[in-house]
Amino acid sequence: MTTQTLPAETPTTTGVVELSTVSRWYGNVVAVNDISMSLNPGVTGLLGPNGAGKTTVLHMMAGFLAPSRGTVTIDGKPTWRNPSVYRDLGLVTERESVHGFLTARQFVTACAKMQKLPDPAGAAQRALELVEMTSAAERRIETFSKGMRQRTRVAAALVHEPRVLLLDEPFNGMDPRQRMHMMELLHRLGDNGHTILFSSHILEEVEQVAGLVQVIVAGRLAASGDYRKIRRLMTNRPHVFAVRSSDDRRLAVALIAEKSVAGIEIEANGLTVRASDYGSFTRVLPRIALDQGIRLRQVVPSDESLESVFSYLLEG
Amino acid sequence: MSTVAFITARGLFGRRRALLLLPLPLLLIGLAAICRAYGVTPDMWGQAVIVGLGLAVVLPVVALIVGTGVLGSEVDDGTIVHILTKPLPRYEIILAKYAVAAAVTAVVAAVPLFVTGVLAGSAKLGAALAVASVVGAFAYSALFLLFSLLSRRPVLVGLVYILVWEGLLGNFVSGTKNLAIGQYVITIADKIAPTAILESTIGLTTAIVMSAIFIVLGTLAAINRLGSFSVAGETS
Repeated sequence: MTTQTLPAETPTTTGVVELSTVSRWYGNVVAVNDISMSLNPGVTGLLGPNGAGKTTVLHMMAGFLAPSRGTVTIDGKPTWRNPSVYRDLGLVTERESVHGFLTARQFVTACAKMQKLPDPAGAAQRALELVEMTSAAERRIETFSKGMRQRTRVAAALVHEPRVLLLDEPFNGMDPRQRMHMMELLHRLGDNGHTILFSSHILEEVEQVAGLVQVIVAGRLAASGDYRKIRRLMTNRPHVFAVRSSDDRRLAVALIAEKSVAGIEIEANGLTVRASDYGSFTRVLPRIALDQGIRLRQVVPSDESLESVFSYLLEG
Repeated sequence: MSTVAFITARGLFGRRRALLLLPLPLLLIGLAAICRAYGVTPDMWGQAVIVGLGLAVVLPVVALIVGTGVLGSEVDDGTIVHILTKPLPRYEIILAKYAVAAAVTAVVAAVPLFVTGVLAGSAKLGAALAVASVVGAFAYSALFLLFSLLSRRPVLVGLVYILVWEGLLGNFVSGTKNLAIGQYVITIADKIAPTAILESTIGLTTAIVMSAIFIVLGTLAAINRLGSFSVAGETS
């Protein structure tokens, strides 16, 4: 297994959050295998399929799990058994558990008090404004929708203005509007100099928020660096498409002459086209169809599961 | 009151399981009142009601419900994370939760035991039972708080302790009496107000020293355990 390390856009000085040769295993099961990464101000996406070890990595960063080997530090201080790191760290877990009997304002204010802030009420007000929850702040959290709950939890994690914010699958279960809102918020925080890491198993989410990406597959760091370069790596791999048209045979003849097409099979209900290059093939296909006067009825990429994309990355 | 204690108390009384605290004390007072009303002499019912129900069941079970409620439920539903991600020394968290658990248990168990003691004999017996159950509340709470951090099923472990260790083995294996909080409670009450109802089996010094050991060691172990609290990896 090789790791494709791409040059990061920011110079790799010592990061705010540092993982150095970190492994974590549960009995015989290795959840995280020899990961080193360094996070700097801005938004970083932690991308990987379900079960890849993203949550384990986040929990180790947040001091909720001891690394079996290696070190996890924030500003040079280890996170395990060191509650003082929470002065600079905010965590939003995937599990949606909140003290539902409190109102949003009570909950965020309680967090501010536990952070021993000089003006807990003022800090809570600022945090609630930041996530745009002031209008519902006097309602009990258990009456909230999923998105409102999530925003309240983000407000609680941000009330002490931590330098580092970790979010585990923050977009899970949100509707598109809530998702957009959360993305804007993360953008804004990243631009303000916070170090933000959020995990996701959905490529498009990461694409829209993070410039830098750490890709984890099966407990290993598969790629890290600028999002666009990783995206190119992912899209330049061979793709298989199922194509149906008004004249499959004629289309097959025309397509096979194309450089971006590696192979074609004619089947009873359409064509299976193996493209060597996603970008050129998807550009060339409509043009050929138009030139030949063939109507395309269906073009479906048939191996677009994230797992296959990730396994390609690992093979590369 | 610290914020942790405030949230803990709100959480304890906000959950439905708080209602579980009502029936046992009411049953205790009710039984004593019925016996008293029908003129049965306390010699006949005192031991069964006060020791058999009050000290062997009401006090430890109330302590179990409260002791696992202040921490175990938060561990269960994950809300503990909001308290743990704060730069608070872990002893502050444990002491706040312990104070709430012990105080609530003390009130919920000591008041009905006081009433029952008065009905069975005298205000002195009532006071003795109240004092002893307050000591018991602190010792049991420390133990059950620790169970919440040692096991994912603290209520089950606590019940095994109450029913098997104190209830069953205590009657057959005399050595376990020195390690049973229930025995300390009986001894302390008996030494304050000696009656035929209470039968102490160990010395007062042993009872007091051992209660203190349970309280101190239980709390220290809980603080240490919370320091290395791991959130189970929920990588689905």
